[in-house]
Amino acid sequence: MTSDAPLLELEGICKSYGEGLKTEVLHGVDLSIHKGDVVALVGPSGSGKSTLLNLIGLLDSPTAGRIAIEGEAAEHLDDRDLTQLRGNKLGFIFQSHHLLPGLSVIENVMLPSAASRGGFRPDMRAPAKALLDAVGLGDWTEALPRQLSGGMQQRVAVARALINDPPLVLADEPTGNLDTETSDQVFALLRQRNVERETAFLIVTHNPALARRCDRVVELVDGRVVYEGLPSGMKSED
Amino acid sequence: MLALQLAWRFLREGRTQSLLILAGVTIGIAAFVFVSAIIQGLQVNLLEQTLGSQAHITVAPEEATPRALMAEPGVEFARRVEPAEPRRRSFDQWQRAVRRVEATDGVVAVCPKVSGSALAYRGAAEEAVKVVGADAARLRRIVNIPANIVEGVYRLGGDEALIGTSLADKLAARVGDPIRVQSGERESVLRIAGIFDIGNEMVNGRWLVTSLRNAQTLLGRIGDITEIDARVAEVYDAERIAREVERRTGVPTESWMERNRDLLTGLRSQDASTTMIRVFVLLAVAMGIASVLSVSVVQRRGQIGILRAVGTSRRIVLGIFLWQGVLFGLVGALLGALVGGLAGELIESSALFDITVTPRLLLTALAVSIATGVMAAYLPARRAARLDPAAAIRGDG
Repeated sequence: MTSDAPLLELEGICKSYGEGLKTEVLHGVDLSIHKGDVVALVGPSGSGKSTLLNLIGLLDSPTAGRIAIEGEAAEHLDDRDLTQLRGNKLGFIFQSHHLLPGLSVIENVMLPSAASRGGFRPDMRAPAKALLDAVGLGDWTEALPRQLSGGMQQRVAVARALINDPPLVLADEPTGNLDTETSDQVFALLRQRNVERETAFLIVTHNPALARRCDRVVELVDGRVVYEGLPSGMKSED
Repeated sequence: MLALQLAWRFLREGRTQSLLILAGVTIGIAAFVFVSAIIQGLQVNLLEQTLGSQAHITVAPEEATPRALMAEPGVEFARRVEPAEPRRRSFDQWQRAVRRVEATDGVVAVCPKVSGSALAYRGAAEEAVKVVGADAARLRRIVNIPANIVEGVYRLGGDEALIGTSLADKLAARVGDPIRVQSGERESVLRIAGIFDIGNEMVNGRWLVTSLRNAQTLLGRIGDITEIDARVAEVYDAERIAREVERRTGVPTESWMERNRDLLTGLRSQDASTTMIRVFVLLAVAMGIASVLSVSVVQRRGQIGILRAVGTSRRIVLGIFLWQGVLFGLVGALLGALVGGLAGELIESSALFDITVTPRLLLTALAVSIATGVMAAYLPARRAARLDPAAAIRGDG
């Protein structure tokens, strides 16, 4: 399912925090993700998974190293270009409660489109409704997030991440707060999209079962990649 | 567009908070409008009372100074005669001066006038009067006597004259009655065409208004006038225009502002205190908006992080909070103007003057309120725009 040109390329990514006595979180991480990849990023707490995800999501910048998305290096881009790149090329699914409570379900889904086109427009409703239908929430378009269960909210978040049809979706513990059945439903949605559109997914997870369902696993320990390969070869199961 | 749409949804979501601060802005703007309308009404009333019976600008030659008696050694004065009143010099080429005053920017009406003291008799009654002679059509544009006629008509033809209610009472005179008027050796009999009440006791009790010709004859100033009165469009421009008129005519010119320095000082002090009240009210409004939006930025840290993550620019995040300031200012101004206007209407019945909420005052309140909203929102908005999205999503931004 993969092609040769990497969708995402990380070379020697380092990240440290603080001034003076710095805390080194990532030590020279290399990673490539190709179109259609479904990659699990696993590792113990504090191993640097979320930091790496923020760097890939262009929400933070590395201390050293290079990040390129579809060949475009991020280090020379200003905030405006980074925002644009993030909006067009990346989708985000967060662990929990990251819908905007003042927006209806369909407005939450339309939000990335509205951000890239400068406002909510009537023609954005049809694709958003189609995605909500696909995640089984077609009857909840005008509801507010607080009226939905945790699993339903996470499905809305999935629909939102996919609305701009990004080539790469970053998911931080997408099933972390969900029961097994709902977790399966959410992963099935991601896999369906992956099959239909060759959308690549990078999924941060503590859940070994979820990691095993991915095409590839990258294991991070103390800010270093200690394993990259098929799920069956994982060294540790957190 | 997106900033406005999200600003509206944020306000709608935090409904209670939004309504509370909106109430604060409304009260502030209502106070702003109410205080401004009351002070404006009071000032207009004071000015009308003061300027209702006097010209904004008066052009008049200097009074003739009586020649000093030379005290020489060995000379004694058997008798010292003082003039009854200072007599003005004749107004040379006054028609040309009238044209020059008329041609001055800002002047809207001009009236050449002759005035002087005289005694009025009717039956056994005798009263000192000030004879005012002018063309009826010109005079009405300086002093609005026609609107204040309580009996008879405003007309100055032939031997007709107008007097105030107090003088009419003192002379026991009614419309149509003749009055004998004497000035020095000259005497005329004038017939009362109308009686006015201009709201100024000095004018009501002393003025006897007649045609320019009658007054010139009676006061011994055939073909002459004593002054040129003028009205200007903007009363507070009177002093500046007076100086221009003086430059153009070469004749001493005085504005109402010079004649009424105490009133002017009072009005300016009132303006200063009103400005201070407005400033404090607006500061309170600004603090209210700023504090609510600052809290909102902290509360919505995570939401701001998400907005940034899905591709919303810093500029739009800044705009979301600035628009909230604008909306608070706009809606607060509209409601405040309504409340302030209604309060003005309620108090007007018990006040002795008109309290009018003018369109200009409403526009000022609107502009000031929106500007206050934007300025108050700026710091919280900037803080929101500068949030580190990764930290904001984590919840420690």
